[in-house]
Amino acid sequence: MSTTSTPQVRVPNEIKPAGLHAGTTNLREEIRISAFPRTETTLPAETGVWVAVAAISMCFAALISALIVREGIAADWVHFGVPRIMYVNTFILLVSSISLEAARNSFSKAQEFERQNPAAGEKALDRARLWLLSTVALGALFVVGQVMAWRDLVAKGLFLASSPSSSFFYLLTAAHGLHLLGGIAGLGYAFWRIRRDPGSQETGVLSVAGVYWHFMDGLWAFLFIILVARM
Amino acid sequence: MGKLFAIVVVIIALVSAGFIVAHVWWLPTPISTIAPGIDGQFNETMWFTGALFLSSQFVLAFFVWTSREGKDRKSKYWPGGPWPLVGFAIVVVGMEILTLTFVGSKVWAAVYMTPPDPDSMQVDVAAEQFAFNFRYPGPDGKFGTIHPEKIRDGNGNFFGLDPENDVAARDDVIVGTLTVPVNKPVSLTLHSKDMIHSFYVPELRIQQDIVPGLNVPLHFTATKVGSYEIVCTQLCGLGHYSMRSFLQVLPQDQFDQWLKTQ
Amino acid sequence: MSTPDPTIHQHAAPTGFIRKHVFSLDHKVIGRQYYDLALVAVFLGLLLSWLMRIHLGWMNAPIPLLGKLFPSGAPGNVMTPDLYLSLMTMHATIMVFFVLTTAPFAAFGNYVLPIQVGAEDMAFPHFNMMSFWVTFLAFLVLISSFFVGDGPPLAGWTSYAPLSSVGAVAGPGQGTGQTLWAVSIAIFCIGQLLGSLNFITTTLDLRTKGMSLARLPLSTWAWFVTSVIGLLAFAVLLPACVLLILDRTAGTSFFGPTGLVVNDTVLPYSGGSPLLWQHLFWFFGHPEVYIAILPGFGIISTVLPAFARKRLLGHQVMIGCMVSIGFLSYMVWGHHMFVSGMNPFSALMFSVPTLIITIPATIAVLMWLGTVYGARMRYTTASLFCLGFISVFITGGLSGFFLAQPSLDTYLHATYFVVAHFHFVMAIAAMFGIFAGTHFWFPKMYGRMMNETLGKWHFWLTFLGVYCVFMPMHYLGLAGNVRRYAAFTDNYLVPLIPLHKFITMAALFVGATQFIFFFNFFWSRFRGPKAPDNPWDATTLEWSTTSPPPFDNFGGRHLVVHHGPELYGVEGAANDYVMQVSPEQVDAR
Repeated sequence: MSTTSTPQVRVPNEIKPAGLHAGTTNLREEIRISAFPRTETTLPAETGVWVAVAAISMCFAALISALIVREGIAADWVHFGVPRIMYVNTFILLVSSISLEAARNSFSKAQEFERQNPAAGEKALDRARLWLLSTVALGALFVVGQVMAWRDLVAKGLFLASSPSSSFFYLLTAAHGLHLLGGIAGLGYAFWRIRRDPGSQETGVLSVAGVYWHFMDGLWAFLFIILVARM
Repeated sequence: MGKLFAIVVVIIALVSAGFIVAHVWWLPTPISTIAPGIDGQFNETMWFTGALFLSSQFVLAFFVWTSREGKDRKSKYWPGGPWPLVGFAIVVVGMEILTLTFVGSKVWAAVYMTPPDPDSMQVDVAAEQFAFNFRYPGPDGKFGTIHPEKIRDGNGNFFGLDPENDVAARDDVIVGTLTVPVNKPVSLTLHSKDMIHSFYVPELRIQQDIVPGLNVPLHFTATKVGSYEIVCTQLCGLGHYSMRSFLQVLPQDQFDQWLKTQ
Repeated sequence: MSTPDPTIHQHAAPTGFIRKHVFSLDHKVIGRQYYDLALVAVFLGLLLSWLMRIHLGWMNAPIPLLGKLFPSGAPGNVMTPDLYLSLMTMHATIMVFFVLTTAPFAAFGNYVLPIQVGAEDMAFPHFNMMSFWVTFLAFLVLISSFFVGDGPPLAGWTSYAPLSSVGAVAGPGQGTGQTLWAVSIAIFCIGQLLGSLNFITTTLDLRTKGMSLARLPLSTWAWFVTSVIGLLAFAVLLPACVLLILDRTAGTSFFGPTGLVVNDTVLPYSGGSPLLWQHLFWFFGHPEVYIAILPGFGIISTVLPAFARKRLLGHQVMIGCMVSIGFLSYMVWGHHMFVSGMNPFSALMFSVPTLIITIPATIAVLMWLGTVYGARMRYTTASLFCLGFISVFITGGLSGFFLAQPSLDTYLHATYFVVAHFHFVMAIAAMFGIFAGTHFWFPKMYGRMMNETLGKWHFWLTFLGVYCVFMPMHYLGLAGNVRRYAAFTDNYLVPLIPLHKFITMAALFVGATQFIFFFNFFWSRFRGPKAPDNPWDATTLEWSTTSPPPFDNFGGRHLVVHHGPELYGVEGAANDYVMQVSPEQVDAR
């Protein structure tokens, strides 16, 4: 087993792994099913992350529709109001998306400079790493804030089984939090990769981690609105 | 081998259809006002699917019978390609679907989406593991309130009634068989105290799941005197197979007599 | 093609026994592992069905050794009703999840799809390996329910609340066993999601040069559509199982309504809805049955042309059928709930797409029939199972017409008519798809040929036998015979017992016949004659490499695809077929 990271398929120039346009001469034979462009250097993970986004969305959609049904069928829904700290947590997560974009921006600058101006390239890379670390830190802060929100609820005497509203509150925040921890791991992996090699594949890795992170952010925004409206 | 396949398919199709045509095992005698509608829908569907079944199995057999093994290179392709067949399927199946939906929705609505007759006889039905219990309102025409915490199977308080404090509960008639007069609309309110059960009388042609936490209505009018089994069709535990009662349909005078003696 | 560089691979060649055969990243090994898991599962599921059928035919008869296997469930070797229901629940769960989702989709799909698209492996080999071992873990957790105190669950594979959610107070089979069921299925969901991720990404991203979507074989299309359906369906079952586990263990009331009284005690649930479980479950459950059958569509559409030596009629139409069935499958779940107590108006809303879905299914059948028309059919076990598939799928599909209409479902719901319907389309049609695929791809997977004589005997006896087992169940349903009954004691059911006895004997006969297949499969794996690269003169990419393929599928070559997948019986070609990778120029109409 090789000790380096698993390389994706790299092939000599004239034979490329196909994306959507597989080199046929008859374009009418193609069926266009994807909206975004593919190049020869795209990682499969860049498609895969959207597949994962679809599955996770479905999972939360199921929970939210269960929430809506459950609220409507009985009179035992306790409205306890969302803990104040969650407003702060939401803000933190939104900021983390911004810092992630700053990281990606710096990284693409680093790649641009790589050939002509190595010194500037190094600096851009350092900045990218810093922004990435900040994103991770903000994400971790978010998780800590969520735990504090839970403690808030416990202090009010609201546990998992106390009321259907608290059941869904814990369930949704826990599910999101677990997926977010996965996102933090993904960002960590991206950080490790760009340390070693600011190549084109690393753009892909950063892009994948980024898509997932923004999805976690957007998902949380949606969940937060539901929680504020329904708890 | 192909010829053998064709013969086997034809025999299977004919034998299968034969048992149906001969009504060897068939629906029991219909005894409700809704049964003609359901049975009519049933027969229409059976004719359509029967025709499709026989014709498609025969076509399969015929095509296999006439396929030629051998070195001859030329295959015959379906003339006209796939699109005429696509159109055929859409038109034929589509038309049948439309017919079935229009007629069938009326039949369905007659049972499940129309309110019961205003002078239906009311019966309250409590399902539990593993019995049906029926309650008539008694001379006061009112049902007593159900208190789940008072339910005691041991002393027959299946409905959790509180006759000491609840006047309406005192004259409620509680029995183990559903006795109804013939040709009179009956309106059931179904509820369950533990699991999902179901109320099914094949001769009536209707069934309805009984969901704990809900009061589910079901109404019918029985048209033939006799005794018919009520069975549970929703898996409710180990006694599910033995959960059974009877629908007794009596002439009006005998029914009045019966009710007086309760 | 330029000279391949053998050092550039998706993952290095495996060394060592563990890496090669146990924790392998190679999709081919993983596909075979899934297949072996499905074999174990189907044997267990069959065994359970034999026990069930023997009991139904002879209710009070002692079954030898049963008391040894299940001391509390079969005192004196006579099966108790709770044991019957537990065996039924385990039979269905094992068959639906560990056979019908595993074999046609995970096993064949994993083995064949990457090769058919011209890739070295799946897009995410590590996730792929995980998906198998997670599925295996789910199987172990499920089987462990046989060994717990309260016994295996008895609420059916549909596990309706409150029977499944109130816990041990509901009686035997409702304790730890039911919780293990929910945990097992939740774990299974994760395995399937990882698998779907791989299938979708590989089909989109790893196709080799020249392999456009239009040139994909229909088996790959079927696995692709199935994996999309599976992705969205299992993503809903997972939270549903979590909610069920919470109701059972954490005191929540998602499904438990107020005022449940069991054994004269009021249970502490409040406000929950049993119907909520049904909606969540069937939202998954209906797409699940299409997950079970669509790979069969794909397999038949790939194998039949190879033996008919002509193109499939309506290649694009078939793709449209599969996609539209997949799409519609999400709109019909309420047809399992017509009489459930949900709003009767929704019944009509669900009935319409349910009836509409019969149209693409009918079109698919017509496409297959049109392919058989005028064919120069080669009769092998694989092609016989394809023809048998067409016959049984017609039968099974037609009974669906009755059940799709609420006005008829009010009579037929929960009777043996439903049991007949789903066994025809799942137990027979989907199984025939698996058998066809097995006989077709066995040479590629194991490098040896299966025995054709044994295969044909297996086909004929099974084909006749399954009609004898399941066609009479329609008649039982017409007579109003309720399903999931451990015994037939009602007055109107007693006259039907002789028919049940006939079904039991046919079932045992069919069961015995399967040993011909088991024997053929295992014997041929070790002693079958060596297989050539392309024993069937087939055109798709897997036949352009050795049997079995090298670890990177093509020995370092990167194939270029020039043709579609069904160039059989082409005029002007050197042979009567043109392989997808052949540079031969033909007027490919």
